[in-house]
Amino acid sequence: MKKIHPTTRIVILISALAMISAFYIPLWQILMWAPQYPEGLEMKIWIDNITGDVKIISALNHYIGMRPIELSMFPEFSYMKYILAGIVAIGLLAAGFNRMAGLLVYILVIVGAGVAALLDFYMWGYNYGHNLDPNAPIVVPGMAYQPPLIGYKQLLNFTAYSGPDAGGWLFFIIALVLIAFLLLEWFKFSKSKA
Amino acid sequence: MKKYNFYFMLAAAAVMLSGGCKPQGPAGVTTGGAASKVYVAPGQYDEFYNFVSGGFNGQLAVYGLPSGRLFRNIPVFSVNPENGYGYSEETKPMLNTSHGFVPWDDFHHPALSTTNGEHDGRWAFGNANNTPRVARIDLSTFRTVEIIELPNSGGNHSSPFITENTEYVVAGTRFSVPVGENRDVPISSYKENFKGTISFIKVDPQTGRMNIAFQLRTPGFNYDLSRAGKGPSHGWFFFSCYNTEQAYTLLEVNASRNDKDFIMAVNWKKAEEYLAAGKGKTEKVRYAHNVYDEKTHSASSTILEEVTVLDVMELPGIVYFLPCPKSPHGCDVDPTGEYIVGSGKLAALMPVFSFTKMQQAIANKDFEGEFQGIPVIKYESALHGEVQKPGLGPLHTEFDANGNAYTSFFVSSEIVKWNVKTLQVLDRVPTYYSIGHLCVPGGPTKKPHGKYVIAYNKITKDRYLPTGPELCQSAQLYSIDGDKMQLLLDFPTIGEPHYAEAIPAGMLKDKSVKIYPIEENQHPYVAKGEKMARVERKGNDVHVYMTAIRSHLTPDNIEGLRVGDNVYFHVTNLEQDWDVPHGFAIKGALNAELLIMPGETQTLLWKPQKAGIYPFYCTDFCSALHQEMQGYARVSPAGSGTPLKFSTGEPAAANQ
Repeated sequence: MKKIHPTTRIVILISALAMISAFYIPLWQILMWAPQYPEGLEMKIWIDNITGDVKIISALNHYIGMRPIELSMFPEFSYMKYILAGIVAIGLLAAGFNRMAGLLVYILVIVGAGVAALLDFYMWGYNYGHNLDPNAPIVVPGMAYQPPLIGYKQLLNFTAYSGPDAGGWLFFIIALVLIAFLLLEWFKFSKSKA
Repeated sequence: MKKYNFYFMLAAAAVMLSGGCKPQGPAGVTTGGAASKVYVAPGQYDEFYNFVSGGFNGQLAVYGLPSGRLFRNIPVFSVNPENGYGYSEETKPMLNTSHGFVPWDDFHHPALSTTNGEHDGRWAFGNANNTPRVARIDLSTFRTVEIIELPNSGGNHSSPFITENTEYVVAGTRFSVPVGENRDVPISSYKENFKGTISFIKVDPQTGRMNIAFQLRTPGFNYDLSRAGKGPSHGWFFFSCYNTEQAYTLLEVNASRNDKDFIMAVNWKKAEEYLAAGKGKTEKVRYAHNVYDEKTHSASSTILEEVTVLDVMELPGIVYFLPCPKSPHGCDVDPTGEYIVGSGKLAALMPVFSFTKMQQAIANKDFEGEFQGIPVIKYESALHGEVQKPGLGPLHTEFDANGNAYTSFFVSSEIVKWNVKTLQVLDRVPTYYSIGHLCVPGGPTKKPHGKYVIAYNKITKDRYLPTGPELCQSAQLYSIDGDKMQLLLDFPTIGEPHYAEAIPAGMLKDKSVKIYPIEENQHPYVAKGEKMARVERKGNDVHVYMTAIRSHLTPDNIEGLRVGDNVYFHVTNLEQDWDVPHGFAIKGALNAELLIMPGETQTLLWKPQKAGIYPFYCTDFCSALHQEMQGYARVSPAGSGTPLKFSTGEPAAANQ
């Protein structure tokens, strides 16, 4: 099978090592503003934790019957670190393997993990925003409070924003760079070698 | 000829009637640009915090400058039912004294802590004039955290004044009083039995904790105001003294006889030497020391029984007197520390003393005599010069960073700007009316922030809409940026303002505490969650461990209380969000309400007098469902068998 260009190999290695930082930086963020919260509230999602104004957001959410946000709601936190470790390992193997197939598998795993994470987040958000306590102090008929998947959304008096944090952007950029090198391999490096 | 005279008189009368001879009305004094200079647009912040004593309200008010907007009235020496200060079980000990619980006092002088003679934004100190005490207020929480009583003192007026690095807070007695074991003496034995006392309160540089390091026993007359030396004069303190006549009745006349009274110069480094050499005498006294603990959210009060006294009439070199004309009031040290300004209330001039000259005079023994064994330095030997005809009734002087002084004149109702070195009067502006203290931001420090001078007036008369016989006192803001002082703003004050200090907002704003972390709450009756909310009976004492969170109290149904019980509502605010206090009040309580800050626990003692149902509720509009934040307590007759029950959110059980 065809070997990859040495530059591609280095890029794969660097990307795999860079992803180790995702253990230590927040991956996703949710920001909220309201007239009473001009300074904003924030929630940071890490590989195995949620930080920020979680208690305050939970206290506010109780009015509309949303459950308090607790770590135990997210079984993902118990295994996400292994998935990340797996991705890093696959990246290192792909660099060692030094073949196109390795690069392809590596990219598919990263993109697949990203799509799965978004899908998982969407399903959690749907459930969290729709599955409300019928005895909540404030019940607005027909109203659900699913947070935005990506971007801005108005939820009663709050403007909510959801989007990648440093770790999320890192994944996104790595995926783009790897895809770029995949294309280079196909259309440039292969020809120049031939 | 007669006719001519008649017309002349008619014309003169017309001029007089038209008001031509009246002084210019106050409205004409401000100029067009004033409004824009004090306008702080909605949502914008002020440039300075202004800490203004409340005088007879016993509290410390916090205003913004240049807007004059009132932010807070910090309870210090007086009870404050609106937030429970002095009523909650936690804060009652703050107002304990050797006389018992004192619910009121008269707060005259705030002093902001300094490091190297400059504001450091850590603490404010304040004096209780009537039952002598000094308080410390934490400038990150804007709360009174410590109060220490002063034995051997009466009328704690020359207080609190602080040294360059806040080593000491001093407190001089206004009234001399009998000291020692027997205090039941004839008033007419004043000269023999009455003594002055200057207390040196040591401040812990880390915690701010105060203790009386020593007291100076001084001659028996009145000690009015004080300032610490700074720079070259660091190590010295200056006190104005009046009633050197040692009168004890009709002081208005009898204490105004002497041509000159004194400014007392105190070499406190020398006093420290005597103290270290064991020259202090331990005396039996009683005074309270009250400390608020931010972790237990509770104050404790300890009665202390000893104080160390250094007698300046026996220990030479601590004290020297500078003669100062006619009952000096203010005694202010300029930013360089070289000049000491005396303000004789009844004098037609103001002497400015030179610290260097005073030191030379002491070295040369250039004395004109002595008073009770204390050397009196020759007036001319220590004098830098006199400000001639500055105005009537000089009281206090503040300074800017450019070598200028600003003196308040009570009788002629004006502020006079003059140059400290040249002693030339540069400008004067009227105040409305009868200014007492004045404040230049940073004025008492080595580095004045300048920009404004604020007048604190005793009389307002026609300046505001009348409110019956009792009118507001007021402050007036003047720009001092230019050569001429310019009146910018009048604003009414609460209480009677005496001294005030101002500090740049940036020095305090960002370290202002927002919440108390609930995990650090070490209150013995805290409930750190609704699961820990409960009611416990111990004999006639019932402890309700209550929690408050938007928008319910837990428990909100309590039964099994009895007439004769002491019911302690220990309310913990579970919120950890900024600006979400909860309140607590119950019908018929004979004390007050509670305001509980996020993460804090406060206790209201309730002694139900009659059987029945008593509503309680949150008094601070906390949320959209604040009006739902309520509950009921059932009180049964004494000795009744109603079981103790408590709940929140559970349907009522069958009637008991």
